[in-house]
Amino acid sequence: MADAEVFPYIPNSVPEVKAEMLKAIGISSVEDIYAEIPDRLRFKGELQVPPRCKSEYELRRHIDDLFAKNKDCKEYIGFLGGGVYNHYAPSVVTTIMERDEFLTSYVGDAYADHGKWMAQFEYASCMAELLEMDAVNTPTYDWGMAAATAIRMGARITSRDEALVCTAVSPDRLSCMKNYAWSAVPTFTMVKTDPTTGLVDLKDLEEKMTDKVAVFYFENPSFFGVIEHQGARIAEIVHAKGGVVAAGVDPISLGVLEAPAKYGVEIAVGDVQGLGIAMSCGGGQGGFVATQDEPKYFGEFPALMFGITPTIVEGEYGFGEALFERTSYGSREKAKDFLGTMAQLHGIGAGVYLALMGPKGMAEIGEGIMQRSAYLAGRLNGLKGIKAPVFSAPFFKEFVVNFDGTGKTVADVNKALLERKIFGGKDLSTWFPELGQSALYCVTEVHTKDDLDALVGALEEVL
Amino acid sequence: MGITKVRKNFHQARWDEPMIFELSTPGVRGIIPPAAEAEVAAAAGDVVGKLPESIRRKTPPALPEVDQKRVLAHYLHLSQETLGSNLNADMSQGTCTMKYNPRINEDLAMESRFANVHPWQDEDTLQGILEIYWGMEQIMKAVSGMDRFTLQPGGGAHAVFTAASIIRAYWRDKGELDTRDEVVTSMFSHPCDAASPHTAGFKIITLMPKEDGYPDLEAMKSVVGPRTAAIFFTNPEDTGIYNPLIEEFVKVAHEAGAVCFNDQANGNVLMGIARTRDAGFDLCHYNLHKTFGTPHGGSGPGTGAMGCREEFAKYLPYPTVEKDPATGRFYLDYDRPESIGKIKGFLGSAGVVLRAYCWAMAMGPEGLRETAEISALNNNYFMELVKRIPGVSAPYAEGHRRLEECRWSWQPLTEETGVGTDDILRRVGDFGLQHYWSSHHPWVVPEPMTIEPCETFAKEELEEYAAVLAQIAEEARTDPELVKQSPHKCATHKRAAEEELDDPTKWATTWKAYKRKIGK
Repeated sequence: MADAEVFPYIPNSVPEVKAEMLKAIGISSVEDIYAEIPDRLRFKGELQVPPRCKSEYELRRHIDDLFAKNKDCKEYIGFLGGGVYNHYAPSVVTTIMERDEFLTSYVGDAYADHGKWMAQFEYASCMAELLEMDAVNTPTYDWGMAAATAIRMGARITSRDEALVCTAVSPDRLSCMKNYAWSAVPTFTMVKTDPTTGLVDLKDLEEKMTDKVAVFYFENPSFFGVIEHQGARIAEIVHAKGGVVAAGVDPISLGVLEAPAKYGVEIAVGDVQGLGIAMSCGGGQGGFVATQDEPKYFGEFPALMFGITPTIVEGEYGFGEALFERTSYGSREKAKDFLGTMAQLHGIGAGVYLALMGPKGMAEIGEGIMQRSAYLAGRLNGLKGIKAPVFSAPFFKEFVVNFDGTGKTVADVNKALLERKIFGGKDLSTWFPELGQSALYCVTEVHTKDDLDALVGALEEVL
Repeated sequence: MGITKVRKNFHQARWDEPMIFELSTPGVRGIIPPAAEAEVAAAAGDVVGKLPESIRRKTPPALPEVDQKRVLAHYLHLSQETLGSNLNADMSQGTCTMKYNPRINEDLAMESRFANVHPWQDEDTLQGILEIYWGMEQIMKAVSGMDRFTLQPGGGAHAVFTAASIIRAYWRDKGELDTRDEVVTSMFSHPCDAASPHTAGFKIITLMPKEDGYPDLEAMKSVVGPRTAAIFFTNPEDTGIYNPLIEEFVKVAHEAGAVCFNDQANGNVLMGIARTRDAGFDLCHYNLHKTFGTPHGGSGPGTGAMGCREEFAKYLPYPTVEKDPATGRFYLDYDRPESIGKIKGFLGSAGVVLRAYCWAMAMGPEGLRETAEISALNNNYFMELVKRIPGVSAPYAEGHRRLEECRWSWQPLTEETGVGTDDILRRVGDFGLQHYWSSHHPWVVPEPMTIEPCETFAKEELEEYAAVLAQIAEEARTDPELVKQSPHKCATHKRAAEEELDDPTKWATTWKAYKRKIGK
């Protein structure tokens, strides 16, 4: 007994318990169960995995040692964005997301799991208010998957198989989109970004928009942070050919920027990570897809949609799955795409965030981000050899900084900044060589004036 | 020994909670974001006022305006109306492997050196997390026998889609994608084994089980041929039945030139027992949010770890995590020209990978094997108890043992009493247990119930669960309405108008739509 391995996560690892259970089953060993597996398929060796951290304390020390090899955006000042954003995560959001009730739930029905369904419904409802659209999915994996879903939905809605996408998107996101959309939309045609303003090149869009194109997808703000203000004209061009307008938007901008539905967007997508979810090395993502609640759109969602519905008790809110047969849980391959475990917890967190922020909080945070990013761009533009922002149109949160005039590469600059405990902006020189030695800088509400000035001071030293 | 108790006096929290929007009073604040300093604001000028009219928000979003304590209380109430698996003997959600999600892993995931890390930081500042990714890949390779893994997919269905994308790239390279356009799966494989390859562009052929519940090799032979791109099989299937002819299935597929994918969503019971590679499979996936103990999050975030033989490794999503053998430094390899591209943004669900790694490190080689063995033992012990309940049967595989779970049928009880599995699963909630999961559609097993009593559950919990089922079966005979009108002690009551959820004039999935359609 003293030598037996007993695992805290495995109560029946106690030898006496095991023996009693085997006896009750009427077998002498668990091998009698595994007799179902042909002997030649049995693994006879020892699993080549590291020895266990037997105590919880050993595990903590092991992970502490590994984490000591990381640096983070608290110790360093970070200017990286591009889809993972360093926004402040309020305590209430973290508290709710870490409740074991939500955290460890799964697909339980809306009785014992009523609260989860209602929290999801409220998340979708808050997003609906931000976007001015009244159908919002339970979150998919991330923005890329959401954008790809919009492309596939657009193809189904129009029965067409071509898509136009503005070039000002993250190449990584575009890669996700192409792979996912392929069977519905084999090729994407790229629509130019105006090299001066950073806006969608309307002339190029008009030329490429034909009656074979299912959907035009653009981002607002774009990957370069540029605020697209030609939405109504874009919608006019796309609708004239019977296409669908899809746009990726940053939800944290929507206290100050117009709701996408107001300028003709039919499918709005994006990521909820910025709404109070920690960056966690890119693990905080969750994709939203929204449309108006009209059958032609609603029927094309692949995701679960949690509907409010009466119970047998008068006045009680109940929940259930709306139009379940759409989903692959209901109809296997006959469904709209596939469904699986995606990112519901991040939806719950984002819902709590929006409930805390309210309309005033969203307006204030949007304005504060714009002020800080404008301030930094202005200060950087005053440095010798730097152009910031590169594009002339207004921007939100992110902007492109060009270093061509400094004679240094972004890689050199970022290396020097790193030594000064600053993560410089994302190097764009490989992804967008036409921008020369440029970097994408991201500024949020977490940055103080001292943080921004520290970057300016460091660059003055470096350049 | 601990006691076995049926919680007859259980009652879940029932707050009769208003919608968050109904708590709203104009002007009330829940949190205040940090304002920019005066000097910053002055230098920036009227940034919002300067926006073009067309893009400036005119009407503020009609979000709730609620004070912080009431927001917290509201969501605490909703959490209390949610029965997370750490709170109950949640063997209910069969195929989902609802094992304990250790608290220590949550504490670790909250550490700043993880939570506040941006994935585009310089690799020198990511060495810890990259080592965790690399270490997790080594663990997955050992468990499966495969050569490489990607941890980028965000869930099981996503990993299956990733495999389908890789198989698509493989056939495109061979110039046969136009002719290799069929995927064969089985009805007791997860629906994503049909839906994900279909989304990738393949036609799906679904094999029905033989009368004894085993996959049908002869049927397989009749459909596999020059058009077959791949087979996608779960083993053990969702019935808990291990297909002893799995090698034959793989052989038939390989002889036809097809690629073989093994869905290991039910692989908890096989760790250290049998490796998917040894049965001949080319690709496979495991759900880290099931087998490796990470919380399911109400359905995500998750991670589908997808593994493959070396021949397919060049197609894996970029970037892969590599270790420089000379320096021991970890790095991200983006230079993979034949990669299918990105499948998810950044590195995937890094928080899930971290927690899975922690779980695996807490188990070690002997713990992984113990996990498998006890899950098999628990299931077979539980089956002994449930088999004794009149009215429930375990269709198929007569005289054979199930591995990790069983898909039961309440058909005999339904015929006798009119009480069906949908009634029983609701009633289970009245005893402090999660509603069990019946089955994916279509219901091949009539009145199904799928229970997976994985290694997490104590003997007494297995007994408690079986006793609850026995009691409900008895109630179905003595007081069927009690069961049919259940639940009675959960956070809410039975839905009264299921059909409205399919009616476009009635369904409402947001408060905005609800107010418009229902006119509240």
